[in-house]
Amino acid sequence: MILLLKLAAASLRSRALTVGLTVFAVALSVALLLGVEKARTGAKASFADTISDTDLIVGARSGQVPLLLYAVFRIGNATNNITWESYQDIIGRPGIAWAVPISLGDSHRQFRVMGTTQAYFERYKYRGGRALAVADGALFDDLFDAVIGADVAAQLGYAVGDPIVVAHGIASFLDHADTPFRISGILEKTGTPVDRTVLVSLEAIEAIHVDWQSGAQRPGAPTPVEVIRQMDLTPKAITAAMLGVQSRLQIFSVQRAINDYPNEPLLAILPGVALQELWGIVGIAETALVGVSVMVVVTALLGLAAMLLAGLSARRREMAIFRAMGAGPAAIMGLLMTEAVLMALCGAVLGIAFLYGGLVVLQPILDTRFGLFIPITGIGVPEALVVLTVVAAAALVSLIPSIRAYRISLADGMTVKM
Amino acid sequence: MEDTRDAAPSADRLSASRLSASGPSADRPAAGELAIDLADVMFDWPAGRFGLSVDAFRVRRGESVLLVGQSGSGKSTLLSLICGINVPAAGTVCVEGTDLGTLSGSRRDRFRADTIGIIFQMFNLLPYASGLDNVLVPLRFAPARRRRCADARAEALRLTAALGLTQAQVAYGPASALSVGQQQRVAVARALIGRPPILIADEPTSALDTRAQDGFLELVLDQVHQAGMSVLMVSHDEGLGRRFDRVVRLCDIARVRSAGAA
Repeated sequence: MILLLKLAAASLRSRALTVGLTVFAVALSVALLLGVEKARTGAKASFADTISDTDLIVGARSGQVPLLLYAVFRIGNATNNITWESYQDIIGRPGIAWAVPISLGDSHRQFRVMGTTQAYFERYKYRGGRALAVADGALFDDLFDAVIGADVAAQLGYAVGDPIVVAHGIASFLDHADTPFRISGILEKTGTPVDRTVLVSLEAIEAIHVDWQSGAQRPGAPTPVEVIRQMDLTPKAITAAMLGVQSRLQIFSVQRAINDYPNEPLLAILPGVALQELWGIVGIAETALVGVSVMVVVTALLGLAAMLLAGLSARRREMAIFRAMGAGPAAIMGLLMTEAVLMALCGAVLGIAFLYGGLVVLQPILDTRFGLFIPITGIGVPEALVVLTVVAAAALVSLIPSIRAYRISLADGMTVKM
Repeated sequence: MEDTRDAAPSADRLSASRLSASGPSADRPAAGELAIDLADVMFDWPAGRFGLSVDAFRVRRGESVLLVGQSGSGKSTLLSLICGINVPAAGTVCVEGTDLGTLSGSRRDRFRADTIGIIFQMFNLLPYASGLDNVLVPLRFAPARRRRCADARAEALRLTAALGLTQAQVAYGPASALSVGQQQRVAVARALIGRPPILIADEPTSALDTRAQDGFLELVLDQVHQAGMSVLMVSHDEGLGRRFDRVVRLCDIARVRSAGAA
């Protein structure tokens, strides 16, 4: 058996160019399949890691996906607000450990502006409990301080100390030009929607709307900034709130209480559950991607079978020699299948090498540029499974040339009629 | 020529009973002394384009026979019948006392590997494998020959050395790097390894020049006699006959039928 394996390997080596190209095609297809799989799980994990350690998200009553989208991903708009009274009422309930209010609705260029409290920086966690950190400057201290995400700073070229004007609403031409902000700090890259957010204090959101009524600036001279500073800037409403409970056992009772809140229609969601539902919608694309890469592997294996088949007529002499030495047609069939399996094995192993090589190079780029963190783990069950499947599939498709070789060697015997 | 091998008793009885039943037998040798025995053989290639009949053809054990025939005279067909690649439509082919017709396809393959060493005209070797690996391949399919080699590699090197090849020539590099003459020697070593009872050679010298032919033939027959093997060599060159015990013309033993172009 070892001799036959050695012969098959020598035979493949003697056709190095064709064999090399075929193996390369298999390797690329395997690397693609495993890469897609890695990116898929990485994206899923990154997605699920967008928010962690928050037990409930509360907003006006809508659906759990819309609430998640606007409260966490800053996509779309809230249908309604939560009044400050209701918010105070809810966070005063027993069992609530902490609460962070969020106020959305304004923007700066293409980025959303979010009003919140200092507690946001302590409580917002991502990727399994990582906290936000300031890369440059400090958190907001003054009323007109703004903290910006890494993407905001990078794309708009902002530095600490730069002035920044908030536009009213989203995609609006009305600026709150009379109340400019100053950038106090820039956050580190997180790979979450925080990177694309301008964070200000809740009071600041109130302050810039002092002179505004029903979406337009009141005519007449704007209230001077000094006057605004003296005013009571307690917000009348917020968009959403992040809640933490004292004991995880209380999550559902608190959720039920909020959902049944009599004074206002509210909705409390579990972020993890909502993320899963959202992924279920987004996940269709991932299935298509995996399907396409499986087809690429199948194509590469068919190419392998075609390559063996095309080589058969040139190898009739070789088969005749084997026959003369006592090899039965079955042994010749086995030899061809051995070649196919060897090629597939080399291709699969090379593909895994490509994958890890690519990961080492691309991992930091993907993480910083796209916030997609793909952990480099050891070769595990999925990789082994792919190698096994590819080898088995290669053995299967090699039946086409192998059966043909069987027929040829049976008909030719020891002599080849060229 | 002395028979140095033990005969397989059951197979002998089988062929002996068959022999006694068939035709006249005046100077017929005992069945146990025959390496090759064809009787009343008829064979047709599929589609009936070419057929061959052989009434009787025998090679004694230890005998060396040169079979002379021009191309198209049915040499290849006869050899494929003796080697059990093809089975006759009628008649019997007995090799070393075994009626090949009684064996299944895979048993015939095994039997061929164990019983017959084969040398072709040229392109005998797997070009990508080393000479040494080429010599060792038949042992993979021939358990009886493998048993006769305690150390297969050493035996292969001994044989190639006896045929005038160095270890460097056979052990390293592909066989395709060897000259035609060297390749033929490797092919001889491959046919001889594990001492199969019969050596069949199909025009093994046609690719060599006349002087090389002589030396090559002497070397081969020398090894064959040492091993006590029977030899059936096919050639179109009757001049080689003086080195053999017997020369048989193919046209004397076989009738060829060809429909249209053969």
